[in-house]
Amino acid sequence: MSAPAPLHFDRQQGVASATGDWTLRALQPVLRELRARLGALPADAHWTLAGVERLDSFGATLLWRAWGQRWPERVEVSDEQRALFGEVAAAASSPLPVAPRFTVLDAVAALGTALLSFGAHLADFLRLLGQLLLDLGRLLRHPHEWPLLEISANLHKVGVRAMPVTALVGFLIGVVLSYLSALQLRAFGADIFIVNILGLGIIRELGPVLVSVLVAGRSGSAMTAQLGVMRVTEESDALAAMGISRTIRLVLPKVAALTLAMPLLVLWTSGMALFGGMVSAWLQLDLSFGFFLDTLPAVVPIANLYIGLAKGAVFGLLIALVACHFGLRVAPNTESLSANTTASVVSAITLVILVDAVFAIATRSIGVP
Amino acid sequence: MNPPANCHPVIEMRGVVTRFGDNLVHDGVDLRVDAGEVVALVGGSGSGKTTLLRHVIGLTRPAAGELRLFGESLLDGRAEHIRALQRRFGVLFQQGALFSAFTVGENIAFPLREARVATDAEIRDLVALKLAMVELEPAHALLKPAELSGGMVKRVALARALALEPELLLLDEPTAGLDPDRSTAFVALIRDLQRRLGLTVVLVTHDIDTLAALATKVAVLGERRILSYASLEDTLKVDHPFIHRFFHGEHGRRALARVQGGN
Repeated sequence: MSAPAPLHFDRQQGVASATGDWTLRALQPVLRELRARLGALPADAHWTLAGVERLDSFGATLLWRAWGQRWPERVEVSDEQRALFGEVAAAASSPLPVAPRFTVLDAVAALGTALLSFGAHLADFLRLLGQLLLDLGRLLRHPHEWPLLEISANLHKVGVRAMPVTALVGFLIGVVLSYLSALQLRAFGADIFIVNILGLGIIRELGPVLVSVLVAGRSGSAMTAQLGVMRVTEESDALAAMGISRTIRLVLPKVAALTLAMPLLVLWTSGMALFGGMVSAWLQLDLSFGFFLDTLPAVVPIANLYIGLAKGAVFGLLIALVACHFGLRVAPNTESLSANTTASVVSAITLVILVDAVFAIATRSIGVP
Repeated sequence: MNPPANCHPVIEMRGVVTRFGDNLVHDGVDLRVDAGEVVALVGGSGSGKTTLLRHVIGLTRPAAGELRLFGESLLDGRAEHIRALQRRFGVLFQQGALFSAFTVGENIAFPLREARVATDAEIRDLVALKLAMVELEPAHALLKPAELSGGMVKRVALARALALEPELLLLDEPTAGLDPDRSTAFVALIRDLQRRLGLTVVLVTHDIDTLAALATKVAVLGERRILSYASLEDTLKVDHPFIHRFFHGEHGRRALARVQGGN
């Protein structure tokens, strides 16, 4: 299909004649050459399109632009072609509006919008919390309305099915932490303190935060996406139309399940991390498992475990609330879905770390030997 | 306009078999669509109309059989070759399937940009032209799909389907979800464009109004094969329970009377 460009120019008479098919498909292989030759034609050339068999709007646009967006002085075209050029000319003379440029004023406005939307987020979040509290009050008065089945299904989804990945990550982090600490401690001959470091660090800090990051990425994003898609497909509207509360059916089970599942996941992951640390300490420092397990309760007060579990519950509550908040804000299009899912995970992790700092200050005199 | 000299059928199916698990959907479907024809595919729910259309688009593959577009096989050949074939038709999906992250103008420009054939200035002109073709204003180019009404979504999707100057247009339920007024206007628009651009059209539809106003031929899909393939008048004479129910049922009779009275 590498035929020469369907354009001939008679230099003596100054007549350019187009021939053959002037369609997108036919012109595509010779387009580069054709553009060059169209550009090289004199502006006052006479044109004949008598030899053109097929002309589509792409071919017509190409010619119209080559003519400088006006009819050549002398041109030979059929009525059908003339009508097509008329359409092309009309379209070219009513150009598309251009999106307004971004100016300093827009930047200021964007800042203001961001602040206002942060306020709107807070207000929405508070409204969601309030609605949940009202729903809880209602459920206390009508205990048979508890969405137990949904809560149980969510527990399985966010709890049981998260166990393999949290175990793997916890174990590896435990191994790495123990290995690095052991290298330092051996230099001081303070091998014994590996138990204190791992015990305190993992049970009180690392376990809850590690699980939160994993769960925010795994379950938080899934919750946002699920609620968001239900908005896109109008499923949540269908639910409301049946007189079923969205918060009771969709939000409450997720929040309840994650609040219940997180302390258990924290316990599980911390256990796996300690096991990893134990294995590493045994290989590196020759500390036996028995010694490690005997020493652990003596050097890590039990309060630390309670703090870790409490953190888990609070973080789980926050992750689920943030995920549902963003899920309910999804507008029915794909862009909004992806933006809200991203925002959900980022906000949840940030919030967890902020609240962790608050925990650290509030519990600074508890459980530290 | 001018039918091409090389008279390959635009679509040619022979013995197409489709299976979903144990469910046999098509068992030897033969269909031939010639250039310039408007073929309506009708059939009951679950008779595999849309599946057949998806075979033609190349989204699914039949389990057996032969499928040729413009005389070239869609089922074997290099991926590049099949992509080139796919550029020769435009598809209007049932829900429009506009890219919701893009504006209307960007949606229509997208196929042109991807094909890397036109300069930016040409693309702007062509987008304005396609918008005018589907009777929309240039100002609509800046809207997002979420801001459009159902009728406008279909028009924009049609403009996007026409962006690469296709020879074949595939329509999946073109008037589903439109009110009767808009549906009539949209059908008139498709008919006008079909005549002006010399398109071959295959449409899947349930709507007898649409079918009667557009189709030059009707292919009735049932019992896993093509039951009848003829003009609307001849199809009406076929004695088959499904065709009877579809065209001579309460709604069908009324719609046909309306359309034939109107013309």
